[in-house]
Amino acid sequence: MKYIDEFQDPELARRLLEEIHATVTRPWALMEVCGGQTHTIIRHGIDQLLPDQVELIHGPGCPVCVTPLEVIDKALQIASRPDVIFCSFGDMLRVPGTGRDLFRVRSEGGDVRVVYSPLDALRIAQQNPDREVVFFGIGFETTAPPNAMTVYQARKLGIKNFSLLVSHVRVPPAIEAIMQSPDCRVQAFLAAGHVCSVMGIGEYPELAERYRVPIVVTGFEPLDILEGVRRTVQQLERGEHTVDNAYPRAVQPGGNPEALAMLDDVFEVTDRAWRGIGVIPQSGWRLSPRYRDYDAEHRFSVTGIDTREPAECRSGEVLQGLLKPHECEAFGTTCTPRNPLGATMVSSEGACAAYYLYRRLDIPNASPLEASPVV
Amino acid sequence: MCLAVPGRVLEIEERDGTRMATVDFGGVVKEVCLEYLPDLQVGEYAIVHVGFALQRLDEESAKQTLELFSQLGVLQEEFGDPWELAAEASGSPWPGGSDAPQEAQK
Repeated sequence: MKYIDEFQDPELARRLLEEIHATVTRPWALMEVCGGQTHTIIRHGIDQLLPDQVELIHGPGCPVCVTPLEVIDKALQIASRPDVIFCSFGDMLRVPGTGRDLFRVRSEGGDVRVVYSPLDALRIAQQNPDREVVFFGIGFETTAPPNAMTVYQARKLGIKNFSLLVSHVRVPPAIEAIMQSPDCRVQAFLAAGHVCSVMGIGEYPELAERYRVPIVVTGFEPLDILEGVRRTVQQLERGEHTVDNAYPRAVQPGGNPEALAMLDDVFEVTDRAWRGIGVIPQSGWRLSPRYRDYDAEHRFSVTGIDTREPAECRSGEVLQGLLKPHECEAFGTTCTPRNPLGATMVSSEGACAAYYLYRRLDIPNASPLEASPVV
Repeated sequence: MCLAVPGRVLEIEERDGTRMATVDFGGVVKEVCLEYLPDLQVGEYAIVHVGFALQRLDEESAKQTLELFSQLGVLQEEFGDPWELAAEASGSPWPGGSDAPQEAQK
């Protein structure tokens, strides 16, 4: 398929790899902050093809994984109400809340529905005027404009039985939090291409300058990842730290102006807790005051939330790049996609799930026969 | 969930005051909202995420990127291990005993 196949070409991949091998003279640690990129890297074994000196650290780029437990528990409580139709993207269904998940809520009689687009949830609201329809609005800057447009449409069309449970997160404050961590080993970032398709690259020069790290906007196909790594390593070897766009076919420097205007209207920046990491200042969006009537937290009083994470889950360290998934004692033994302890083992973009899917046969402590989801 | 994929616009229509398109993703056809790319035309490609076209795919810069990749390898020819390159060119395995490691340390 056009724009995909050409960027998976093995011969060009070999050339990019050779160039990277010829460039690197010292050890470097790069972080990608996008679960889609983590998935491409592990699926194609890109980390294993790179020189040993180049380490890819998987950052908190999986939106499902960083959605705080408290919000998941609120979702579970709202979804259990008999007057509610709760709509969500499919990959939230099995994310563990405290003791259960949306899948369980549905089997207990809750009306939980999976939609492809938030606009589908709005249509369900139009078709069910006597029910409350709640959409679980999570995700990074890529997903925020679709959710913003849906709330905007609800208001424009006067659809009053629709609301959004919002837990949006923003990448630049997360990069800042990572760089401020005393344990930080990251020397450069591969910035998430589709976040920049929306936001542009204007937020990055200040970060690159302040923390003296190269930030290279990177796409999602294998060649895109290799090109992102190549440009990053070139900068590191030269002692440079600038913002570079290695994904120009889908990223304009100014982003998408229409989407930015809509985000500005519908959302406002707020502090946000990240699961496994904690509160990062100014790292989220919530509905702005003029859209407060469409805020599910405002509409439904959710009380008695008492969150409990399983003690043996180390997904917080995985999300911060301090631990590789297979270094966790629970990986592939007490924690599998069928019985996940944390969200990183559930989502297709979670680092633990990617390692389980593509690496578990290489990892001695995981027991592939018992743990396989197809048994 | 954050996956956004390229698709080609087949048809555009106005629905409830909203600009919508049918978009082909290599055989799978979906309804996509064009409100964020109002000037996208039939036949053009865009990055689509959860039913929304978020950015036009620029054919010219895609070509330039691929051309750049195909020109890579100059560095490797200049500074790479000559034994490895010769082995590759001859199609036979590397005989070993290269002097390249000492070279590299200088």
